[in-house]
Amino acid sequence: MTARMRTPSQAERTGIEKSRSDVPFYAGLGILASVYLVLIASLIVADVYYATKESSRVWEVLASPEIRYAIKLSLISCSISAIASLWVAVPIGYLMSRYTFRGKLVVDALLDIPIFLPPLVVGLSLLILFRQTFLYRVDDALLISLHIPAVILAQFSVSSAFAVRSLRETFDEISPRSEQVALTLGCSRSQAFWSVVMPEARHGLLTAGTLAWARSFGEFGPILIFAGSTRMRTEVLPVSVHLEHSSGNTAGAVGVSLLMVVVAVIVLVVVRLLGGSDTLGRGFK
Amino acid sequence: MIQADRLCIQAGGFHLTDLSFHVPQGAYCVLMGRTGSGKTTLLESICGLKPIAGGRLLLDDRDACKLKPAARGIGLVPQDGALFYTMTVRQHLEFALRIRRWNKADIARRIGELAELIELEPLLDRRPRGLSGGERQRVALGRALAFRPRILCMDEPISALDDESRNHLVGLLKRVQQDTGVTALHVTHNRQEADQLADLHLQIVDGRVEQSQHA
Repeated sequence: MTARMRTPSQAERTGIEKSRSDVPFYAGLGILASVYLVLIASLIVADVYYATKESSRVWEVLASPEIRYAIKLSLISCSISAIASLWVAVPIGYLMSRYTFRGKLVVDALLDIPIFLPPLVVGLSLLILFRQTFLYRVDDALLISLHIPAVILAQFSVSSAFAVRSLRETFDEISPRSEQVALTLGCSRSQAFWSVVMPEARHGLLTAGTLAWARSFGEFGPILIFAGSTRMRTEVLPVSVHLEHSSGNTAGAVGVSLLMVVVAVIVLVVVRLLGGSDTLGRGFK
Repeated sequence: MIQADRLCIQAGGFHLTDLSFHVPQGAYCVLMGRTGSGKTTLLESICGLKPIAGGRLLLDDRDACKLKPAARGIGLVPQDGALFYTMTVRQHLEFALRIRRWNKADIARRIGELAELIELEPLLDRRPRGLSGGERQRVALGRALAFRPRILCMDEPISALDDESRNHLVGLLKRVQQDTGVTALHVTHNRQEADQLADLHLQIVDGRVEQSQHA
């Protein structure tokens, strides 16, 4: 009698009992992700529901000269602070990405302070700087605190930190090798920077600018303390929400909030169309 | 001509000391050495991208130790090509000429020559994304040669290519070097590639350079 050779089973060959399904993995990811997405969507739906119910009061507030002023001031101040943020974020992001120097860790920590500091503290610190130090003379001469420049300065102080962080990542992703090749081809450092690095960083610039703009658009705490909340003077849209809510006009506050959502979405879509589909993905990684 | 006299290079963890060698004008020199032996560091120091701590480096009888990369007149082809992703192949070839403020007619003529020499005509209006490894290296080579440098430094320019592209580029490099008369310094760790191309071998062994003429 000859012994028959037993064919090894699939489990014996691979060491795995059975082919495991990937469904639980994807289901877990989907459930956890949807918790947050549902929360965000619910916030907007709730606002829309409430605003629809109180539509006459909402439209009345949105049509008021105060809110029109706040829209105009928000758009202008955010654009100025976003552009100013890029002017400081490009050199800082580039230097931090490319060079190692003594005290770099301290500079790095300093750059992150506006991100971690409570916004109210940023505003308070700006107020102390401009009112309780020698800078009060500058403040008295140029009318900064409690005026429009204070709005822009408060927005700039916080949004720049985000722009710096975003642009530093952009410069990290651009290989220094291309720049070095440009140097051997006859470029000075400045020529290599403008002709090779900046064109390659254009998506990152747009992303950092958008991030700074969006951050400025939603800024409230530092503005409230440093610029105040005077109607038709330092009133930007987040301040309007605060003023309407404080005066008991919840419908007005919700209307302004929805307006901010619409403006933010328009800006994000426009930037994405201008810069290509990957524009925002890069900086927000 | 590249002449190094007791060159000392300290960069990162590297300490290369007393490096002396001579590459005559028009020679094709291959620089070899084990991984981490400092081949790329030496190449970058010759190009001016890493500082030289001591000794003397003569490029065409000029002391180049203190010269900036732009003033050394060296074309560089890095391992990965390091192409400029926002530019077309034509703009790559124009780059060094525009920096030197050549006029349009001369730039156009030079690009025609290069495109023919390095077989780049069909690629001129394409961007780096989508080019094959061999095509990228040809673009990098064309960009490096555009301003007619006297010296061409290449850091493992064909090591990442498949056999067919590698053989093609080996032939192209040899022909281009002979046609242009440029002094070539080519870093590689591939013995066969070195034997096919080199007039002169340099080998980094234990932080020193050994020089031998190709048989």
